[in-house]
Amino acid sequence: MSYVIEGKTGSWEIVVGLEVHAQVVSKSKLFSGASTTFGAEPNSQVSLVDAAFPGMLPVINRECVAQAVRTGLGLNARINLESRFDRKNYFYADLPQGYQISQFAHPIVGEGTIEIELSSGETRKIGITRLHMEQDAGKLIHDQDPTKSMVDLNRAGVALMEIVSEPDIREPEEAGAYLRKLRQILRYLGTCDGNMEEGSMRADVNVSVRKAGEPFRTRCEIKNVNSIRFVMQAIEVEAARQVEIWENGGEVDQETRLFDAARGETRTMRSKEDAHDYRYFPDPDLLPLVIEQDWVDALKAALPELPDAKRARFQSDYGIPFYDAGVLVAEQSVADFYETVAKGRDGKLAVSWVTGDLFAALNRTGKTIETSPVSAEALGQMLDLIADGTINGKIAKEVFEDMVETGESPDAIVEKKGLRQVTDTGVIDAAIDAVMAKNADKVAEYRSGKDKLFGFFVGQVMKETKGKANPALVNDALKSKLDA
Amino acid sequence: MSLDLATTRRIAKLARIGLEDAELETVRQKLDGILGWVDQLSEVDVEGVPPMVGTETEALRQRDDAVTDGNCRDAILSCAPEKSGPFYTVPKVVE
Repeated sequence: MSYVIEGKTGSWEIVVGLEVHAQVVSKSKLFSGASTTFGAEPNSQVSLVDAAFPGMLPVINRECVAQAVRTGLGLNARINLESRFDRKNYFYADLPQGYQISQFAHPIVGEGTIEIELSSGETRKIGITRLHMEQDAGKLIHDQDPTKSMVDLNRAGVALMEIVSEPDIREPEEAGAYLRKLRQILRYLGTCDGNMEEGSMRADVNVSVRKAGEPFRTRCEIKNVNSIRFVMQAIEVEAARQVEIWENGGEVDQETRLFDAARGETRTMRSKEDAHDYRYFPDPDLLPLVIEQDWVDALKAALPELPDAKRARFQSDYGIPFYDAGVLVAEQSVADFYETVAKGRDGKLAVSWVTGDLFAALNRTGKTIETSPVSAEALGQMLDLIADGTINGKIAKEVFEDMVETGESPDAIVEKKGLRQVTDTGVIDAAIDAVMAKNADKVAEYRSGKDKLFGFFVGQVMKETKGKANPALVNDALKSKLDA
Repeated sequence: MSLDLATTRRIAKLARIGLEDAELETVRQKLDGILGWVDQLSEVDVEGVPPMVGTETEALRQRDDAVTDGNCRDAILSCAPEKSGPFYTVPKVVE
């Protein structure tokens, strides 16, 4: 165990489980035909169903069900062909129905696993307990009026997937790795955009501490943490708080807490006495959801290649290391870009250009892979120019910078600037003769045994040819002339 | 089955129904009566009978993912007890 809290009474380990709410990508809501587009005029995307008018009946969106099944398949999880919807009852101003339609006893997706990778390069499997579908609530705005809260129901009724992990996480870093991996899988699947800033992915964090070998102690739930960094911070401060309580002879109360990032602390939101009693019961408006194995199989057959599979394929198809393959598949768009560059070319050379020069250029120009000033096709053409000896590696850097700046094709730049590699041995010989004539003293030193000077001569000859000489030819010719 | 006063108070609180102490015993008796009546069902032997989830034999009807509704803010807000501009308003709730 690498993460421990050293207390007065010995070492403590942490036990963490995560509940992630992921907003489903769909055009319309889970049980109504209102739009799900983010950022619309307040209350413009609300149907009578969403506003809970009397007599309105929910009808489920088939695509939302498909998205939940795809996600379950992506998490290597069991798909339940029959699942049910329940009412979770509570009163809050953002919930017009007075209950949330959720899945309690019979979720659509059962146990699965996610494999995470830590900075040490180690991998670990984190268990998924379940995934169920439910409705999102509306949004309250508190800063417009001193005594009133404004209610916007555009988000009310949008489909969410609640993805619950086993309490398998033992380090803050693992929680971060789990969330990043989950987000990556959701984005590859296209089932959730994973945008934590816009709230389309949010995490509730369950934290407890214990001495090695003990059963679980009381846990606290930290609600609605909206960034991966905050999740890791919240775990650290909450675990430290609990250790202090136990070590001072106290008892940790099971409660719901909030993480205050500005103060770097968690504080009570609801104690156990005020804990919600949700009085779940089967929603009488909704029959059991029954799906066919054939339909699930068809969805499975149409799944995109997922990050783990893509990474393994990149390693074997392009001969690149595990680490590099991981960097490339982190974002699907980067993986696609790389594959266009690497297909039919030197995969290792391609990865060094994509993750080296290209990433640096994107950083410098504030662009993303989608808005890259150099297209994957153009970068590929440049690699072809290196491969066929038209330019050498050093000149390629110059061509690439020009491509970033002008967006022109590598061929055009090579022609325009006359960067074609010199392979004419006559020209190279002449350059060597000129350099040797100018540096007669160094030639003498070299010949008297100072062979470290060889590099100096290479440099001078390259300079004489404006960097365009073929380095291998220069080496050969220089050696024979100096040693003559 | 006999419902006690504490449970009656708790049920009222969960349902956001304000009850005076004087009303509590009356409500307790009425609820207890309803529960007792429903409780007769437990006399039926359902050993080996699968739970009934509905009266229809068909499974849940599903619809296509299309935007077919919404854009009726004025109609919806016309029923609101309080509103301001495009919003419903409620007494300030900050948790």
